[in-house]
Amino acid sequence: MLRFTLLRFLWAIPTLLLVIVLAFLMVHAAPGGPFDAERALPPEIEANIAMVYHLDEPLPQQFTRYLCGILKGDFGPSYRYRDHTVGELIGNAIPISLKLGLFAMTLAVIVGVGAGTLAALRRNSLTDRLTMAFAMTGISVPVFVVAPLLVLFFAVQLQWLPASWSGSSSGWRFLLPVIALALPQVAYIARLTRASMIDVLGSDFIRTARAQGLGTASIVRYHAMKPAMLPVLSYMGPAVAAILTGSVVVEEIFGIPGVGQFFVRGALNRDYTLVLGIVVFYAALVIALNFVVDVLYGFLDPRIRHQ
Amino acid sequence: MNAGMLVSRFTTEMRRSRSVRFSGGILLVIAVAAAIGPWISPHSYLTTDFDGRFIEPTLNGLRLFGTDDLGRDLFVRALTGVRVTLLVAIVASLVSLIIGIAYGAVAGYVGGRIDAVMMRAVDALYALPFIFLVILLMVVFERNFLLIFIAIGAINWLDMARIVRGQTISLKQREFVDAAKLIGVPPWRIIFRHITPNLMGVVVVYVTLTIPQAILVESFLSFLGLGVQEPQTSLGALVNGGVSQMERARWLLLIPAVLLAIILLCFNFLGDGLRDVFDPRQESR
Repeated sequence: MLRFTLLRFLWAIPTLLLVIVLAFLMVHAAPGGPFDAERALPPEIEANIAMVYHLDEPLPQQFTRYLCGILKGDFGPSYRYRDHTVGELIGNAIPISLKLGLFAMTLAVIVGVGAGTLAALRRNSLTDRLTMAFAMTGISVPVFVVAPLLVLFFAVQLQWLPASWSGSSSGWRFLLPVIALALPQVAYIARLTRASMIDVLGSDFIRTARAQGLGTASIVRYHAMKPAMLPVLSYMGPAVAAILTGSVVVEEIFGIPGVGQFFVRGALNRDYTLVLGIVVFYAALVIALNFVVDVLYGFLDPRIRHQ
Repeated sequence: MNAGMLVSRFTTEMRRSRSVRFSGGILLVIAVAAAIGPWISPHSYLTTDFDGRFIEPTLNGLRLFGTDDLGRDLFVRALTGVRVTLLVAIVASLVSLIIGIAYGAVAGYVGGRIDAVMMRAVDALYALPFIFLVILLMVVFERNFLLIFIAIGAINWLDMARIVRGQTISLKQREFVDAAKLIGVPPWRIIFRHITPNLMGVVVVYVTLTIPQAILVESFLSFLGLGVQEPQTSLGALVNGGVSQMERARWLLLIPAVLLAIILLCFNFLGDGLRDVFDPRQESR
């Protein structure tokens, strides 16, 4: 198990390094510098700016500097928000994004697993068909379509819930963003759970349990749930990536001051260091969670770690 | 499976499977409308009209979908958006197809250690949040169609590479490959003249599943304002425009949002249906 964990860890590092190199090179291959202002600056000032931001150094040196900075949690200065470093901007925005993401993830797992199990137990019934039709819709329709439609219906039309973050200070303002963020994942997890639950329920050890006179509820709870959850667990990595992508849209639509909103603002303002920093941060998050999921999976399913 | 068999099986299945027929039909209608609609409508997607802003959808003056905040005709704009969205998705899927086939066929055909390394690289790339790199790419470079095609195509080739590799491994054991080797055909020629054409059945199915993914990425970028730029438009850009006007003119949001949802649903149903026909082992997830 230790060897397996170490191996996975050794794979995670070059992957992250690859992202950082790619992202770094992309930013530095950009046509024109970040300070090409509307009017030309005197050459001395330009040289000064370049010195302050270390743009006069050769590229490998700049990269090492950047990498060492990241290890210390220093992502460099923001090109647009002049009074803040990228690290500060990300750090201040993390709590709210984290809350949003965790709520959405929890909701997605609970509702998804519940609906998927129900559909699997009542295979080909109306419940099953409705759940799967909903799941197909949820998978196909992207967050940036679902979220505005939710706002239009629940906030503009019915006026039950606040349409934007700043419009309210109660906990209710979390509801619509979390639902919008969770819906596609609910759909995915429901489909995965249904398929694997049907698979597991057809296996021999479940028949044995049934033969011993166990009821459906205890069979699902004590025997079928754990093996059926394995595909769902391995989907958690992609799910985190999808929630991150979705949070960019959701934070933009609802005006939530999280990491995603800074990302979009940074992208539209061409704030290279900010966008670079957030890309590295997101990549590290996704890769770290993939690693955790891999290790957990190896823990739960011995077949994997002996491959 | 040769081309003739493929076509005949395709048509039988089209007749038999209701979801394939239905979703394919809707997509065909939308595609035809997008092709000829902007051309026969009396309005242009560019013309602004400050006296005709926010007209609700009406038959009067043939404003079928109404007009937007600049008085531009939404019917023509939506169909132009469908055009752009479909075009980007199809070309981007072709890009991912080419990368995926080349990579997967080479890995599968060469086999051994090279194959192991190539597929391990694919596994590692699966863990990358590509979409963020694409956003970075769109931020850093001037946004044009070519860049969008390549960027989206570069995200989606991983699945295709895996599937093509699997197929190639089973194909390379067949007699016709041995025969080609025997008469001295070089390996790259075997891959591209003998193996690739035989992959087409499976590849066609997976392209139908890649297209909605490409649409998703394109409209996501356009929604954020990083994809297709004004005065050009796409469904994602139209949804974004609709969001800012939703309290005043909800049809500006509803029409492009529903259109995009229908297109994505139909492609997914079509792909799932076709996959069940050609690749029954692959459980639709």
